[in-house]
Amino acid sequence: MRTARKPGTVALVAPSVIVLLLWMIVPLVMTLWFSLQYYNLLNPTAEGFAGLDNYRYLVTDPDFWTSLVNTLVLLGSVLAITVVFGTLLAALYDQPFPGRNVARLLVIAPFFVMPTVSALVWKNLMMHPIYGVLGFLARSVGLEPVDWFAQYPMVSVIIILSWEWLPFALLILLTAVQSLDHEQREAARMDGAGPIAQFFHITLPHLSRAISVVVMIETIFLLTIFAEIFVTTAGGPGNATTNLAFLIYARALIQFDVGGASAGGVIAILLANIVAFFLVRTIARRLEV
Amino acid sequence: MRTSTTTWILTTVLGWGIALLMFFPIFWMVLTSFKTEGAAIAPQLAFTPTFESYVEVQSRADYLSFAFNSVAVSVGGTVLALAFAIPAAYGMAFHPSTRTRGTLLWMLSTKMLPPVGVLVPIYLLFRTVGLLDTRIGLILIYGLMNLPIVVWMLFTFFKEMPNDILEAGRMDGARAWGEVWYLLLPLTLPGVASTGLLSLILCWNEAFWSLNLTSSAAAPLPAFIASFSSPEGLFFAKLSAASTVAVAPILVFGWLSQRQLVRGLTFGAVK
Repeated sequence: MRTARKPGTVALVAPSVIVLLLWMIVPLVMTLWFSLQYYNLLNPTAEGFAGLDNYRYLVTDPDFWTSLVNTLVLLGSVLAITVVFGTLLAALYDQPFPGRNVARLLVIAPFFVMPTVSALVWKNLMMHPIYGVLGFLARSVGLEPVDWFAQYPMVSVIIILSWEWLPFALLILLTAVQSLDHEQREAARMDGAGPIAQFFHITLPHLSRAISVVVMIETIFLLTIFAEIFVTTAGGPGNATTNLAFLIYARALIQFDVGGASAGGVIAILLANIVAFFLVRTIARRLEV
Repeated sequence: MRTSTTTWILTTVLGWGIALLMFFPIFWMVLTSFKTEGAAIAPQLAFTPTFESYVEVQSRADYLSFAFNSVAVSVGGTVLALAFAIPAAYGMAFHPSTRTRGTLLWMLSTKMLPPVGVLVPIYLLFRTVGLLDTRIGLILIYGLMNLPIVVWMLFTFFKEMPNDILEAGRMDGARAWGEVWYLLLPLTLPGVASTGLLSLILCWNEAFWSLNLTSSAAAPLPAFIASFSSPEGLFFAKLSAASTVAVAPILVFGWLSQRQLVRGLTFGAVK
């Protein structure tokens, strides 16, 4: 029985609630407010209430739509790659083989590498057309080396992000696979189900919730990917790899257009909230208080 | 029997092949860090190992200050998050009320706010109060950023502890803080430690705020590494040496705490 005496539970929880509330509400209200203002740090004469002008300016700007498309292409590709391969690899690394534990450690390692390191190691050591490993491999079989970031900038960014997030998907899905009832699978095997039938009829249904959690958490991070683009392409060439996060950054800290950047920020928050709504609902179902 | 042997060989080859492929960029980075700048741009396995790049990177006085900043903001952010989260998680785990569930879910939802959405106001606030490019500023951000995850993880660990033990302590007249300090924390130490570890990892690798809110004085390692992205920064061996030092400790922490990590990163939805 839980005790009836409550030694100021409110006082224990309140500090966390208050700081989180401030951390959330203050910037949120400020972003909303700035998005309705003419406010440019380089042009102090332009000020005052702008109504929806910042939003109107944003949606009539082709760069905004490009950035939105780029954001979604990036999100869709990385999600598809990491979830499909993450599921397959989870099934693979659930099987016993010699040195499995060491192999698992090696596969999940990329997730712990800081984003700026991942991005630069790929850009310089792997994908550099002259000095990189991929260029060297291409030349050694007589092919023309690919200048990845000039020829396929978006593909390059997708490769780097997939390399970082595949281990995350694998880590979560492997944990879920391991909680699978082995007797059930044994029974299926006895009934003559091959490994492929077992995968589709037992493993995959069991993984459905874990997969949805992976999709939602990755979505929240991938919607506003920044560091990898900042250090590799800086949004270019042109605006080929400018996503919403980079557009907002450029508006705010390069062009110092506070109003415009805030309008972009509000849109980023709205996008994230659509996903967040479903994620919170899924997690709430598992929460026992 | 034959098919199962074939399967076994196939599994081994695939399992190790994919593992080596995924790890290759990290392996290559470590390898390159032991080359001279001249050897680093020629992709080959045979070379004479040298510590030249490490020595050169360390001897740049500012490298140590970046590393120190990383340690300071990661530890500071983690301690701050724990200081707020321990009482909150204790309160909610042992004295739950009708509001507890809603409070936990609300805390989680604050984590969904994309940083870029609030970049402008945070930047301007920091500029106004003089927190731009300060360690204190980053510590505040990191502590708040990780607070929901830390509360959640501690909550799930505290929940697993039988209430009877605390009850017994209370009979002996332990006050609330004594109960937490002398009974709860020692008994749930592994859980508290892995929570702290996850927070350290997240702070150490954080790149968005460190790139946007610091320039030199308080810049941690992710920002230092980013400075190699300029065209004149094509020093592969030095980039690799600096990166290896920045990544190695976190890689070890991550490997040690992968199970708890899953729990923390999915808010208990996958165990």
